[in-house]
Amino acid sequence: MALLEVQNLQTHFRTPEGINRAVDGVSFHVDEGETLAIVGESGCGKSVTSMSLMRLIPEPPGKIAGSVRFQGKDLLQLSEQEMRAIRGNDISMIFQEPMTSLNPVLTVGRQIGETLRIHQGYDKQAAEARAIEMLALVGIPEPARRVREYPHQLSGGMRQRVMIAISLACSPKLLIADEPTTALDVTIQAQILQLMLDLKRRVGAAVILITHDLGVVAEIAERVMVMYAGRKVEEAPVAELFRSPRHPYTQGLLGAVPKLGSSLTGAARRLAEIPGQVPSLKQRIEGCAFAGRCALATDLCREVAPGLEEKGPRHVAACHYAPKEVAAA
Amino acid sequence: MSVPLLQVNDLKKHFPVRGDLFSRKPKWVYAVDGVSFEVERGETLSLVGESGCGKSTVGRAILRLFDVTAGQVVLDGQRIDNLSPKRLRKMRRQVQVVFQDPFSSLNPRMRVRDILAEPIRNFGLAKSSADLHARVAALMDTVRLPRDALDRRPHEFSGGQRQRICIARALAAEPELIVCDEAVSALDVSVKAQIVNLLQDLQREFGLALLFISHDLAIVEHMTHRVAVMYLGKIVEMAPRQEIFAAPKHPYTKALLSAVPVPEPGAVRSPIILKGDVPSPINPPSGCRFHTRCPFVFDRCRTEEPELRSPAPGQWVACHLEALPEVPASAR
Amino acid sequence: MTVSTASPMPVPPGLVIAQQLPDLLLPAKVRRGVLGFLRNNPTVAIGGALLLCLVLVGIFAPYLGTVDPTALAPAKRTRPPSADFWFGTDALGRDIYSRVLYGARVSLTVGLSVALLASLAGLTIGLISGFVRWADSIIMRFMDGLMSIPPILLAVALMALTRGSVGNVILAITIAEIPRVSRLVRGVVLSLREQPYVDAAVASGTRTPMIILRHILPNTLAPMLVQATYVCASAMIVESILSFIGAGTPPTIPSWGNIMAEGRALWQVKPFIVFFPAAFLSATVLAVNLVGDGLRDALDPRMAKSL
Repeated sequence: MALLEVQNLQTHFRTPEGINRAVDGVSFHVDEGETLAIVGESGCGKSVTSMSLMRLIPEPPGKIAGSVRFQGKDLLQLSEQEMRAIRGNDISMIFQEPMTSLNPVLTVGRQIGETLRIHQGYDKQAAEARAIEMLALVGIPEPARRVREYPHQLSGGMRQRVMIAISLACSPKLLIADEPTTALDVTIQAQILQLMLDLKRRVGAAVILITHDLGVVAEIAERVMVMYAGRKVEEAPVAELFRSPRHPYTQGLLGAVPKLGSSLTGAARRLAEIPGQVPSLKQRIEGCAFAGRCALATDLCREVAPGLEEKGPRHVAACHYAPKEVAAA
Repeated sequence: MSVPLLQVNDLKKHFPVRGDLFSRKPKWVYAVDGVSFEVERGETLSLVGESGCGKSTVGRAILRLFDVTAGQVVLDGQRIDNLSPKRLRKMRRQVQVVFQDPFSSLNPRMRVRDILAEPIRNFGLAKSSADLHARVAALMDTVRLPRDALDRRPHEFSGGQRQRICIARALAAEPELIVCDEAVSALDVSVKAQIVNLLQDLQREFGLALLFISHDLAIVEHMTHRVAVMYLGKIVEMAPRQEIFAAPKHPYTKALLSAVPVPEPGAVRSPIILKGDVPSPINPPSGCRFHTRCPFVFDRCRTEEPELRSPAPGQWVACHLEALPEVPASAR
Repeated sequence: MTVSTASPMPVPPGLVIAQQLPDLLLPAKVRRGVLGFLRNNPTVAIGGALLLCLVLVGIFAPYLGTVDPTALAPAKRTRPPSADFWFGTDALGRDIYSRVLYGARVSLTVGLSVALLASLAGLTIGLISGFVRWADSIIMRFMDGLMSIPPILLAVALMALTRGSVGNVILAITIAEIPRVSRLVRGVVLSLREQPYVDAAVASGTRTPMIILRHILPNTLAPMLVQATYVCASAMIVESILSFIGAGTPPTIPSWGNIMAEGRALWQVKPFIVFFPAAFLSATVLAVNLVGDGLRDALDPRMAKSL
């Protein structure tokens, strides 16, 4: 049984301009210890998906439906109190902006210790000792001194490490990382990515990594899921996805990313463009969400929404015309 | 031998730190501390570096959004860093800008038509009201936006479309140089590609020079002719694209290039992970500013600041390793 | 882009189709236009309606069953509310109902005038302060000085220098309210100056006066409008207090403060003299505050797309 199984997750919001179908029928699973990346551009619903898993969506303007089975229990059926026991404990989350995700008036040690005291009943001294351990684990030098410092005294990279420490304090089974390196400089990002790879080996938590950066995906993820307009359009093991993407959107996305070193190999001079723009999620989209921008689209695509079909080994894509076997390149 | 379009000589910009009421010595942020480079007509020079390196400040100094602390900015043979506001205004036509955030780069209360008309009116480029209308419409065509968008307001457009409007506004003045200050950084991957392609097309069509300020090395590699790498207010390496990406000489450039995640799973990489964090520009390290994080640091680096030297025509490096008659084996 | 489903396409066999999932929510009714705006923002609607009633009452006071508010009738003094005198009579036999309705004129005139004048003055001062660096320190220290004096005392002091009249009251209260408005405008101007579109305008060769007029001013109006409503409410209360202590409008002109002042001595036995003007004043101030709160929510930049 998979650690996390999501079936037909839907998250809709009522806005003055209409119903925003941010997530519209997404299903996936995450096994123990594996890293799944959710990739997509802004508005595709990847962040809303992760917030829905943690039930962090305010329900009056929003509404969640479907099933989210974590270790067999459906999280959407739990009470708020039961959910609180899971958040930070069994499932943790890292956010994008380390400055605003840390409380500026509490020391770093207290913030790490908070989850320990709430979920595992540590007392003050034990929590501080464990906080120092966690700081050392995430590679912060002089942890005993740093544990008493405030977030503003640390740099961006260090703050993100603290966030990782907070999320791992209670040894969660699942870690959701929402754009963890997007706000960081390239050299700091490299440090954090190396740290995450290292921790993956040592801590063994499953990770859902949400990002728009395909380079980060290639480095960390084992499986990748591509989202577009609130729907899942492709999913495959990472090497397979980059080697032969089947969905036209994924192909467009990979073609639009310039690769470092392209000037040396004489690669294509023009980046592949995907014409048009993402359709508004406030209108009900009949048929394939990508049909308006797809070179292969036919009337069938515009009327009948394609389901996820197996196109290769553990590789599914939602496209009527994506070939099942790739022709030898 | 033509005069380069833009020449920057030993540019310095220091910002005062408004801090303690009780501190005796005023503190300064040495945002830009002696930067020199040239941009030829029709070429793209990229300024790359991480946050705090001063690249945006260089861009804003060239645009004369503030006064420079020291140094010269020479545009088309004429110094613009010490011009009176009146004469400066005339020179502004030649240098325009596209900023990073498409959402705050456009006045939310103005229609697109008026936004594009503003530079045209300011520089008196339209001969009549009909000419103004024609120019504005032509600009929309150039950036591939529908003409009926002219009467709408910015909030009705997506990020990529707004950035096109910003580009159209920059083109309206018929400039020779456009400063792109992280112009594509806030855009989605596929939209980035559209805008980068557009900029390249416009460069070809209008012979524009671009000062492309960015931290995204892959995009830079794709569209630039030359690159200048900045660190803590100084240029540490400058070279044509091929040289920088094939054989970077400065240790910081090497680390930067190796740190970029490549979208190729299983690619063999040995990233040079730099220790520690970027020092503060208020208190830059002595000697070579990079010495606190450099994997190849030796004694001279801590005390003496390296000058920019040219090991080959068109290439510049500021590193003591380069100055050594023989590169030590440990640093190879 | 949907094709009409008049004749649905024949689906080829073996095609994998996505499961059709229903919408989870019903769409909210879209309300457009002024009426829609009012229905979406009930606070503005209620406050605005109340305020409108009171303004109409003030304008049409002569036609609403009133008599001369200054007519003395000592024989009928301090009568409780009755069919003849709906709100009763005061210590000099004047009809309180008429005085309260005419008093609305004074309060509303003062409130609206002060709001208008203080906004204009505060806007100008705030714009100059935000743009001219060297003037900023001088102006702001002066404003700080003014603000440190409680507005009521400041108004009293200014009134002590002149005769009591509605015009002087307006002037005195305006001076007391200007510092707050100018502070607000200055804050907005300082933040707007940092916006990239202002830098872009500078790079486009726009001169500073035009930048203020075209780029800064339109974006300061919304917060200023909200502040103006609070200034109006505050001004009405200050006017009443001034009249109450005899430093405001002359006793010959009925104003809510005057009426309350005259009923002060008797209010334990004849509470109706104080009650009616107080009730009207509260209602007016409440109405203005509701409009202000509602406008502030409606003009929130995230929602203020069309305004």
